[in-house]
Amino acid sequence: MSPTDRPDAGDRADGATGAGGAGPVLRVRGLRKSFGDVEVLRGVDLEVRRGEVVALVGPSGSGKTTFLRTLNGLEVPSGGVVTPRDGRPLDFDRPVPKRDLLRLRDQSAMVFQQFNLFPHLTVLQNVTEGPVRVQRRDPAEAREQALALLGRVGLRDRADAYPVELSGGQQQRVGIVRALALEPDLLLFDEPTSALDPELVGDVLAVMRQLADEGWTMVVVTHELDFARRVASEVVFLDDGVVVERGRPEDVLTDPREPRTRRFLRRLLDPLDEPGPEAAPDA
Amino acid sequence: MQSSLDLFLRSLWPIASGALVATIPLALVSFAIGLALALVVALMRLSGNAVLSGVARFYVSVIRGTPLLVQLFIVFYGLPSLGVRLDPWPSAIIAFSLNVGGYAAEVIRAAILSVPKGQWEAAHTIGMSRGLALRRIVLPQAARVSVPPLSNTFISLVKDTSLASVILVTELFRQARQIATVSNEFMLLYLEAALVYWLICLVLSAGQNVLEKRLDRHVAH
Repeated sequence: MSPTDRPDAGDRADGATGAGGAGPVLRVRGLRKSFGDVEVLRGVDLEVRRGEVVALVGPSGSGKTTFLRTLNGLEVPSGGVVTPRDGRPLDFDRPVPKRDLLRLRDQSAMVFQQFNLFPHLTVLQNVTEGPVRVQRRDPAEAREQALALLGRVGLRDRADAYPVELSGGQQQRVGIVRALALEPDLLLFDEPTSALDPELVGDVLAVMRQLADEGWTMVVVTHELDFARRVASEVVFLDDGVVVERGRPEDVLTDPREPRTRRFLRRLLDPLDEPGPEAAPDA
Repeated sequence: MQSSLDLFLRSLWPIASGALVATIPLALVSFAIGLALALVVALMRLSGNAVLSGVARFYVSVIRGTPLLVQLFIVFYGLPSLGVRLDPWPSAIIAFSLNVGGYAAEVIRAAILSVPKGQWEAAHTIGMSRGLALRRIVLPQAARVSVPPLSNTFISLVKDTSLASVILVTELFRQARQIATVSNEFMLLYLEAALVYWLICLVLSAGQNVLEKRLDRHVAH
């Protein structure tokens, strides 16, 4: 790889090791979100420090994707406080001005379940669009950076292809590169492998693991418990709009305290396992 | 028979020149202005602002609910009684542009709505404002969707410019009518006019195919 490959890799790795000293990249207190009468999030707290990888797990409908989408303002919370890296809190119990939402949004980048690549742009243009059009970086430099990043996920030779010409796994790796090219403080992943054929999941997870090793700060909504166990620094189990349990992956995923967590894990990990004593009748 | 063929050939240039100096420029200019207007109206309807969206809805309703011929008459023969006296050409361009604007606004609105929400979201997450996302991400995709219906609008417009003959614009059909009146060969001249319109529209349809192919290169093959 060329030196331009990841100009800030060292910086981020340092940030990761020195995370104790730095303030959190993101702090969330009592976050609530309602759609009409339905309260999807009922007071969620989260703190993400530099270099941490937080895995959000939970049954479908638990609110984990909605929660992730409030972290960059794609969903505007109904209440609670979100503090971006600059330390100036956004209090959603009052109307929040648009420029404050932008402050929140601009510190992160997102990888979507359905990739959401721009179909009318080539792979390379997908990646450079943000850096060039939004961040006003030099096009030639952005191009070099994009090609280097694409090289790292094994897609340099597809730079001039259109998204439709790529497999799902390739598209998602482009989605990740598109997010990385913005050099955000925080990477948000919304079930990044859920729309992929099983044999394509591994490549994407491998890229994400590599990012975690390099010290990128990540919040990942995922059903890939093996990934969470091996890569996450914290696992947060959400159910019914609240955090049921949180902690180190080896605790939450191997030896959970809460019955609800156990039930969820058993169903996900080993659907054929015989029900244990604490299992609900529907398990 | 010989004289008919002779008349047909002698009329061809006046009719074609009517197309070249009036029908085609009138259609092109009105379509360009109409499209710009349509984009504004479509964005007003999608703005979420009740006043803007209401104005846009009213405009589309009036344009689509009244005959183009009546709209032309209002602009050319009606406005003078309010003290606004316009020449045939400006009158025609105003009426045709407003008309295209009403129809194309609905096409553009539908095309914008056809772009998946995820495209907006992805644009926002790479930091784009609403305007930039619209311009760089959504409109290019909407453009592809709207080429077939907008081609229809344009082809209709080319034919509708024949109505301008009644407000004294010397376009294709007015040329044919004048020759027909003098020569008394109505059937021949009107068929000839129809033929020229048809040829123009054949060229436009071919152009539509080329454009669709160009815009389709990033869609599944």
